[in-house]
Amino acid sequence: MTPWLLLLIPLIGAAAIFLTKAELSKWISLGVSLFVFVISILMSVQFEQWGSMGTGLRSETSWINSMGLTLDLGADSVAMMLVLLTTLLTPLCVWGSFNAITSRRKEYYAWLLILETAMLGVFLAQDLILFYVSFELTLVPMFFLIAIYGGKNRAHASVKFFIYTFAGSLFMLAGFVYVAWQNAQTGAGGWSFAIHDLAIYASTKLSATEQGWILLALLAGFAVKIPVFPVHTWLPLAHTEAPTAGSVILAGVLLKLGTFGVYRFVLPMVPEAVVAWAPSIAILGIIGILYAALICWVQDDVKKLVAYSSVSHLGFCVLGLVALNPIGLEGAVLYMINHGLSTGALFFLIGMMYERYHTRDMNMIGGLAKRMPVWSVFMVFFVLASVGLPGLNGFVSEFMCLLGTFVSSTDAQQWPGVLGPQYAAVAAIGMVLAAMYLLIMVGKVVFGTLKEPDTTDRGSLPVDLSLREIGVLAPLAALCIWIGVQPTVLTDAMRGSVEKVLSPYPKRVKEHVEQQHSESIMLKVPESETPDKEDHHA
Amino acid sequence: MLDRLWFLIPEFILLAGAMVCAIGGISTFAPIRKRVGFIASIFLVIALFSVPYVYGQTDYTHPETMLPGLGKYIKMMAAFVGLLLVATSGGLIDRGYERAIGAGKDRFDPLRANSGEFHALLLLSLTGVMLICEARDLIWLFLALELVSLPTYVMVAISRWSKTAQEAAMKYFFLGALSAALMLYGFALLYVSTGTLVLQEITEAFSAQQNNGGLLVIAQVGMLLAIFGLLYKIAAAPMHLYAPDVYQGAASAVTAFLAFVPKTAGMIAIILLLSTVGWEDGLPPAIEMALWVVAVLTMILGNIGALLQRSVKRMLGYSSIAHSGYMLIGVIAGPELGLPAVLVYLFIYGITNTAAFATLASLSRGGKRVDSLEDIAGLYTTSPLAAASMSVASGSLLGIPPLFGFWGKLLLFAAGIAAGQISLIIVAAVSSAISAWYYLRLIGLSLLSNPHNHGERTKVTLRWPLAVAVVGACISIAGPLVLEGVMVDAKEAITLPESELAMSLPSLEVDDERE
Repeated sequence: MTPWLLLLIPLIGAAAIFLTKAELSKWISLGVSLFVFVISILMSVQFEQWGSMGTGLRSETSWINSMGLTLDLGADSVAMMLVLLTTLLTPLCVWGSFNAITSRRKEYYAWLLILETAMLGVFLAQDLILFYVSFELTLVPMFFLIAIYGGKNRAHASVKFFIYTFAGSLFMLAGFVYVAWQNAQTGAGGWSFAIHDLAIYASTKLSATEQGWILLALLAGFAVKIPVFPVHTWLPLAHTEAPTAGSVILAGVLLKLGTFGVYRFVLPMVPEAVVAWAPSIAILGIIGILYAALICWVQDDVKKLVAYSSVSHLGFCVLGLVALNPIGLEGAVLYMINHGLSTGALFFLIGMMYERYHTRDMNMIGGLAKRMPVWSVFMVFFVLASVGLPGLNGFVSEFMCLLGTFVSSTDAQQWPGVLGPQYAAVAAIGMVLAAMYLLIMVGKVVFGTLKEPDTTDRGSLPVDLSLREIGVLAPLAALCIWIGVQPTVLTDAMRGSVEKVLSPYPKRVKEHVEQQHSESIMLKVPESETPDKEDHHA
Repeated sequence: MLDRLWFLIPEFILLAGAMVCAIGGISTFAPIRKRVGFIASIFLVIALFSVPYVYGQTDYTHPETMLPGLGKYIKMMAAFVGLLLVATSGGLIDRGYERAIGAGKDRFDPLRANSGEFHALLLLSLTGVMLICEARDLIWLFLALELVSLPTYVMVAISRWSKTAQEAAMKYFFLGALSAALMLYGFALLYVSTGTLVLQEITEAFSAQQNNGGLLVIAQVGMLLAIFGLLYKIAAAPMHLYAPDVYQGAASAVTAFLAFVPKTAGMIAIILLLSTVGWEDGLPPAIEMALWVVAVLTMILGNIGALLQRSVKRMLGYSSIAHSGYMLIGVIAGPELGLPAVLVYLFIYGITNTAAFATLASLSRGGKRVDSLEDIAGLYTTSPLAAASMSVASGSLLGIPPLFGFWGKLLLFAAGIAAGQISLIIVAAVSSAISAWYYLRLIGLSLLSNPHNHGERTKVTLRWPLAVAVVGACISIAGPLVLEGVMVDAKEAITLPESELAMSLPSLEVDDERE
């Protein structure tokens, strides 16, 4: 099956929505997104590259020959997992919005489907420019989803979201074009934007300084998206103001575009620079973990709390990415999926609460276990999954990221890294804080005496969850348990891809350590030389 | 001689069109008078299709101009965008007057009818753009540039019966005359330093000078003065200050014309002039430095200026200044990637910018033209089509992929990086990011905001401009499909004549020996 099906079907669905009545739009988009999900499942069954390092689902189309632009698609095992995550979350988002969206319905469901195409395009692109186009195209539907259907402060939130990401990605584009130009100058084939070729070229031929600048340019794009401290400030605002489905997609997939970008481009393209900069990136990640966790602690708004917890959680993912060993990197990829499942579900739950009570203030709501037992069960379940309770998915990935960071020392035998136990120790405080703020939230909202605000207006919704809402949450819960119990299925499947990404690193790290060692010796030598130089000046 | 005339056939067609329009516009027979726009369009279509035929004939050899291939691309582009511009001004001129005549309240008076003159001037200005490509010497270049500019002064004045339009026209005319004087002085200095007016011979003189230790100072000063005069035409800093006032004062359809036609003319003239010094060894440092400063200032001042505006037309005026800055990156980058990128960008910019102004031209609020940002708030409630066109055009001008505008910017970025102008690219990236704010404002106001309660709603009153806006928006979306073709054509347009290459090679060898 050609991967184009995944990209074109949602677009056709979006066009169909515009041509039909508004009442039908939600059913069309649910049908189309479910159809895409089924196709992606079939593709993953036929996918032969699970566990190996190869790229499957290839489709090659030439496009603009003079610039070497192609429309090549394909997916390795990690990309395939994220494709599945996307195709799973989209129908759930559509289904979850049935009650919440009452005005401008056609546009809403059409934008969701266009967003799905853009997200899948990011994961499937094998051409840099195609990747960039998809990466940027995700901004447009999300901008409209926030700006039309968001909360009170939606105009500000949507513009801030757009400009932050847009500005960052322009530098990323400049970095990409620089690599492509260098490649075009030396290679015989002229311009090419094939990701595979450019990664090989950049990692072997570019000097350390050039790699450093490219790392900076690429991180300008990806760090905003992840988001890494200090460029995270758009996220809480966008999350809080977005409609429920928007928040779910934002947390579930859009943030992963940043970490996926690091995995797909930064790590393979500029290994020398990554080795040099990994400690700094890790420190930013750790600051993000602790700083965001402390902010969560003082939040009254439940949605804002979960939004900041995303910043904190993604910090672990960043640590895993720069740990430079398979445990850490597998943990990071697993974290992308787990965070999408559990935080996505938390946003769904908060949305369901909001639709009934029209407030998200923890001080106004309390003891919902008495009123909404089913909701409360799911709430506690996903909070525990998010906190990292052993047996559920969050624990596995968080532990792997921290373990990867811990063993990533320069004297490790097989996979030396540049982090170490001290990084893991500080980051682990974040786990304690996460338990603290999330359980405090559960304590206030779910347990205690029943408090319902004056704004309660359930409309047509039942007191507790409807079957539709349970249907949205149940698949996510099942997956959380499955990954918690059987993480090896996924980690085995991604191993080939992970090891391919990491293959140049052991050598680079050793070189880096030796270089630093010799530099520290060199530093001692000039002491005797300095007087000479002064004489010379005199 | 016949060879030269053969390649001017498209210009002759437009010239004939201008005459027919001028006469038809004062006909006492109303149906002809009202259809002058159609007549102009027909001549533009004929000119458009004549270009590939004219350039496809092998019986005639192209006279030795600086860039012999340039004409085909520019003439087709000018005729195509010119068609959109004619349609944008559809129903603008003499609207009230013709209605009064139709109702029997007024009598037809050829002295008061402007439609014929307007369309004739429009075609003449487009003829000027085409003539620039065929320029062999500085006199021809200057006359062609003036043929572009002079009609536009009158077009601004007669586009609306209001004092602001008169003021805009006066401002535009006086500053335009100043810039022409500056340019002419530059041309005179070029003549002094080389002893010839023919571009090819100037090139030879310059390469001789460069072999003898660099360009004469007087040649560099002349070149800089000429370029600064041309910066007025492309509305680049520091000669950009007139643009917002004039763009606001003129009717939207004429603004669309001003933002494209003189800009194209100026850009081609700059490219032609600079090709006399050549990019082979890099531009002379003084000229490159000057262009660098101009590009940076233009991008920054244009985008920051646009942020501060409360009028849509001024905002788009500043945005068109910023776009000149982006194009100058390509000019600095040189013939291999840069100049084709500039040509592609001009085409894309011409279409999307025209679509944005055409949307404004189609709207009116309570009988008045649309100007302030408030006027387009909540446009989607009265006209979803206009709101969507406006948003797509703004998105394309901002460069959101996969819209057409993005590809233009990508090509310029690639050219700049390949020329080693990393600092320019960083400035371009930062100023593009700044521009996101005001383009998003246009999108947000037209598609998302609620209309203001007080006053009347903004409505679509003119159909032709709306059609142009929709066509422009569709091209912005579907454009990437034909991008390859446009790029190939642009690449062909910038092929240097063989004699040029033969000349540049020995000079390179000389340099090598000296080292």
